[in-house]
Amino acid sequence: MKTLRAVPSTVILWVLAAAYIFPTAWFLLSSFKPGFELFSLPLTLFPETWTVSGYATAWNRFDFQQYFLNTTIVAVTTTALTVFVSAMTGYAFAKYKAWWLKAFFICILATTMLPTEVIMPSSFIVVRDLGMYDTLAGIIVPSIITATGIFMFRQYFATVPDELMEAARIDGVGEFGLFLRIMLPLAKPIAVVLAIFSFQWRWNDYIWPLLILRDPDRYTLQIALRSIVGADNIDWSVLLSASVISLIPMIVLFAIFQRQIMSADINSGLKD
Amino acid sequence: MSTPTTQAVPAAVGSTTAQRRRRTSRSHTVAPLAFIAVAVVLFALFFLWPGALGLMYSFTDYRGVGDLNFIGFENYQELFADEDFYRSLSRTFVYTALAVPAHYVVSLGIAMLLTSSLATGKTPARVIFFLPWLISPIVAGVIWRWLFGESFGVVNFVITSIGGQGPNWQTDPTLALILILIVGTWGGTAFNMLLFIAAIRNVPRSYLEAAEIDGASAWVRFRRITLPLLAPTSFMVILLTTIGSMKEFAMIQALNAGGPGTQNRLIVQYIYQTGFERANIGYASAASMVLMVILIVIALIQLRFDRRRDLS
Repeated sequence: MKTLRAVPSTVILWVLAAAYIFPTAWFLLSSFKPGFELFSLPLTLFPETWTVSGYATAWNRFDFQQYFLNTTIVAVTTTALTVFVSAMTGYAFAKYKAWWLKAFFICILATTMLPTEVIMPSSFIVVRDLGMYDTLAGIIVPSIITATGIFMFRQYFATVPDELMEAARIDGVGEFGLFLRIMLPLAKPIAVVLAIFSFQWRWNDYIWPLLILRDPDRYTLQIALRSIVGADNIDWSVLLSASVISLIPMIVLFAIFQRQIMSADINSGLKD
Repeated sequence: MSTPTTQAVPAAVGSTTAQRRRRTSRSHTVAPLAFIAVAVVLFALFFLWPGALGLMYSFTDYRGVGDLNFIGFENYQELFADEDFYRSLSRTFVYTALAVPAHYVVSLGIAMLLTSSLATGKTPARVIFFLPWLISPIVAGVIWRWLFGESFGVVNFVITSIGGQGPNWQTDPTLALILILIVGTWGGTAFNMLLFIAAIRNVPRSYLEAAEIDGASAWVRFRRITLPLLAPTSFMVILLTTIGSMKEFAMIQALNAGGPGTQNRLIVQYIYQTGFERANIGYASAASMVLMVILIVIALIQLRFDRRRDLS
């Protein structure tokens, strides 16, 4: 009886799953087709001749090493700074009381309602006037604060009992030592989750790098891809493989941290 | 998620802690100030300052370089007479109005399936539904563009080989918008689904079991128990999807660049093109300010609904 009742749910689930995986699977399989096979009818799911020539062309024609390096620098630096700044700010919100903390908390809340895209003309001018136009710093620095990260740490630190802090204070630990040596290590699970999220946001970021970067030597992967897809005649053979290459780091990250990502209690946070 | 709108003064606390507070009150001011200092500076530089600057630019003819002249409400007058602006704005509203229910229903439905005790193969299925989260909006646009190419896409190939006529996914504005909607939903499911899964797991089993014993059908149990308990999560998903849809940009750039022509140019793309391609910072800032007001109004309306629900 139970197995019979399970049939409709299972069928719906797997039809949907198939629909979700198909675009990516088709894309991935196409990337292994030689150029002439991409458009030759009838289309086949699997390549008749498997080849990595598209990958070789993409790798040689575009400076992928440079794009990877740039994107990695941006994603790693921003993530490290985001985690640290969010931890400090979230800790202050959770464990201290003052009217100006509440006021600033509302300001941080407002940033989720008003994302940077909304004020992009003037944000661009600010970054330019700070001398960060066409530098990687120009994408790193404005992206450091995220409401999500601050919320996550605030929620977490709120669950840490005050007695722990009082005990440490009686033992003569200063406020900064308390945060650095006791609280920060306690919040490691949150730090890991936020690091993964932040890395994904920055790896896939588009609008800021588009505005700030001019020199192709400083392009991130997304901007490089955009230059291929924005061309009048799209070179699909190159575009397919280049896109797949750009996904690899995220896939690796997911494979390593799958458990943390899937069980992450992101209810307290917001998407960036 | 309900926001306090008044700045409350710290409440009086118990006497012993109050004494200790007083003793360490100086370090309790200096320390939090130091902890938030970096965030305050960044917030001021990259949110407050651009916000104020944007407001000022919206009253000028600034072009990014050279002098700026104050021209009063000229930008706004021009903007409200600009058909392209209205077209972008209304297209954005249409997209948001379609995207929010689509995201909501699909991600909640998938989350229900993934937490149902009946379906099998939930673990691999969950990974499949999550994969689009790893894919950047640009690549997502590229993937679907490849799939729905009018002359080369596999979708039209299948349709024509079973005797149909391949729809014009790129050159028909309505179909192009539908395609944007599909891709947006596909990409947005993962995150919302995770939120719903976490919330569904928190629904007490005993409620559902008691209802089942009383003979409530699966639909009634969902409608009367699960859905009301998911309200806070639903609220958040709706709010985030609304804001996310209003600022959709990257994925559309790669999918069809807002085409055909400028038919599906949403508001952020409009601001981008007027501000940066036509170097009209003042005019684009005016459009930004209008968008900002719209987003604030939407957020306030939704927060109000949330608060009313809390009270009832």
